[in-house]
Amino acid sequence: MSEVTFSSARPTETRRSFLGALIAMGTATVGAILAIPLARLTLDPLWRTTTQILWSDAGPAKDFAALTAPVRVQITIEQRDGWRKVLSDKALYVVKGSDGRPRVLSAVCPHLGCSIGWNEDRRQFVCPCHNGVFAADGTLMSGPPPRGMDELDAMVEDGRLKVRYQYFRQLVPTKEIIA
Amino acid sequence: MIRRFADWLDRQTGIRGLLHAALDEPIPGGASFAYVFGSGLLFLFISQVITGVFLALYYVPSADHAHTTVAYIVKEVSSGSFVRSIHVYGSSAIIIVLLLHIAQTILFGSYKGPRHLLWLSGCVLFALMLAMAFTGYLLPWDQKAYFATAVSTNIFVLPVVGPWIKAFVRGGNELGTLTISRFFVAHVFVLPALIFAFVATHVYLFRRAGASGAPVPRRTAAESFYPRQLVMDMAFAALLVLALGALAQWTPAELGPEANAADTHFLPRPEWYYVPIFQWLKYWPGDRAVVGIFVIPTIVALLFAALPFLDHGTERRPWRRPWSVGACAALMIALVTLGVRSREQDRSDPAVARQLDAQRDAVRAYMAEAFEPQESAGSLRVANASLAAVANPLTARGQKVFGEQSCDVCHGPDGHGSDSGPSLVGAAARHTEGELSRIIKTPTQKMSDSGMQPLDISDDDLAALTAYVSMLK
Repeated sequence: MSEVTFSSARPTETRRSFLGALIAMGTATVGAILAIPLARLTLDPLWRTTTQILWSDAGPAKDFAALTAPVRVQITIEQRDGWRKVLSDKALYVVKGSDGRPRVLSAVCPHLGCSIGWNEDRRQFVCPCHNGVFAADGTLMSGPPPRGMDELDAMVEDGRLKVRYQYFRQLVPTKEIIA
Repeated sequence: MIRRFADWLDRQTGIRGLLHAALDEPIPGGASFAYVFGSGLLFLFISQVITGVFLALYYVPSADHAHTTVAYIVKEVSSGSFVRSIHVYGSSAIIIVLLLHIAQTILFGSYKGPRHLLWLSGCVLFALMLAMAFTGYLLPWDQKAYFATAVSTNIFVLPVVGPWIKAFVRGGNELGTLTISRFFVAHVFVLPALIFAFVATHVYLFRRAGASGAPVPRRTAAESFYPRQLVMDMAFAALLVLALGALAQWTPAELGPEANAADTHFLPRPEWYYVPIFQWLKYWPGDRAVVGIFVIPTIVALLFAALPFLDHGTERRPWRRPWSVGACAALMIALVTLGVRSREQDRSDPAVARQLDAQRDAVRAYMAEAFEPQESAGSLRVANASLAAVANPLTARGQKVFGEQSCDVCHGPDGHGSDSGPSLVGAAARHTEGELSRIIKTPTQKMSDSGMQPLDISDDDLAALTAYVSMLK
């Protein structure tokens, strides 16, 4: 092997630093471009609503025609959980509205998300976790929750009560849909 | 300001010394595009690591979920198909650049001098990369992945230990979820760790021996790695990025329908770099298979690894080393011929050609379908029970009676029980069918005490109801 000697015609320092800057810029540019698909891939779940909720069946409308107290109903909703589909059971209450039509309340406490129960003796909704108390129509009476129980969209179709189940942001005074 | 920060950083880390060592490495005869393959491989490997880590955000290594999660990546996740395509095509690119790197090493006789271990560490890296390709191929769990791996894991034909090795690799006698786990662990933990270790060894040994330069010493003087060689290396890396990006963008890697072990028509064809071996195996039937599959490839691999020991001496000009260069060229020609032969055979047999076309159409049709989210087991018990009931007219009738007679009020809509009545699951195991019919119609004392009412229904309805209750799961 020939002896290794450095060329006397070595690039000048200016040329070396110019090429250095070029390499740095090129690397940064290409790196930034390549980072875009990776960022999109990582952030994908943030951009999609995790649930696809349609109208769920809550039972025959006549069952709720003459309510004297809130009725607990369990519905099954289909949700998307990433690449899978899950069915989950959700509890809700059907109460009589002021116009006589059924209103549907979510059993999820707007405070921290515990399940609210109907207390027949007190004729109040009581959240077992932090003692949030709601009237029979869902309005807040006492305790830490920032608002009354959340009303869900409901309609009667073909004699059956249909509900659109949704989640709402907790700990805020107004009802904000999150999914 | 920058100067002061650089000074501080240098005092803390010695970064200038490191950079000097990295960038001012002398290259005999000056920079050349012939030397870009090593750094190109390192670049591709890092790209595989990065894309692999990101794919693992969504991939699940189990037979139940592997295919669904890959389909989710390909069909739903933003840029998922692009990132996966870079990963898939990256593995082919590694094999191509690896072959160029090896060809350059052999032609230039760069394994000469104190570079025997450097060559051997490279041979190990070659084997590790092939193992990466082999293990990664199964992970999408589509038809071709399944059947190609079913065949390729059958090549452990050695007497006595062969079946044991095969069962070890597969995690049992059959390909299944344990095979995916094993391949996944090899692909993402064991092999990458080994590759990192051997890349470090390879680079260390390379730097220790120094660049060998051209086989005929060039009259130009030595030149440091930085800046010209670095620019060339980066130009090559940019070329690789462009090529992979263009492929990924315009011909994204495909995913076939989910593996179906019952498909008896499927013709597995390996990835292009394994086709020559695949073809080679056709020539070694039955009792001689062990010679073709094990003995000859082992001898070839050992001879290849021993190249620097066999081709010793200081001569580096390829035309003065006809044996070593010629043998490697012959090996390459043989592999290419086998590959071409395989293609020809597939085309010349109409039945095979038709089946391969059908498989390609199936892949295309599957790719065109929208993503179908997977039903999750536990939460679907209700739906599953209903579906099973509907499938059979008798139990479907029974399910209807179950509702009409208000059995669901106490026993729950799916017979799983409620606050006011017990679950009926497993009732069939505790009673014979006749007994079950009888106590449904006329409850025992214990049952009526807890509120069960006698049923006034026709015998047909009772039989249907009994059938429905018996199938509850």
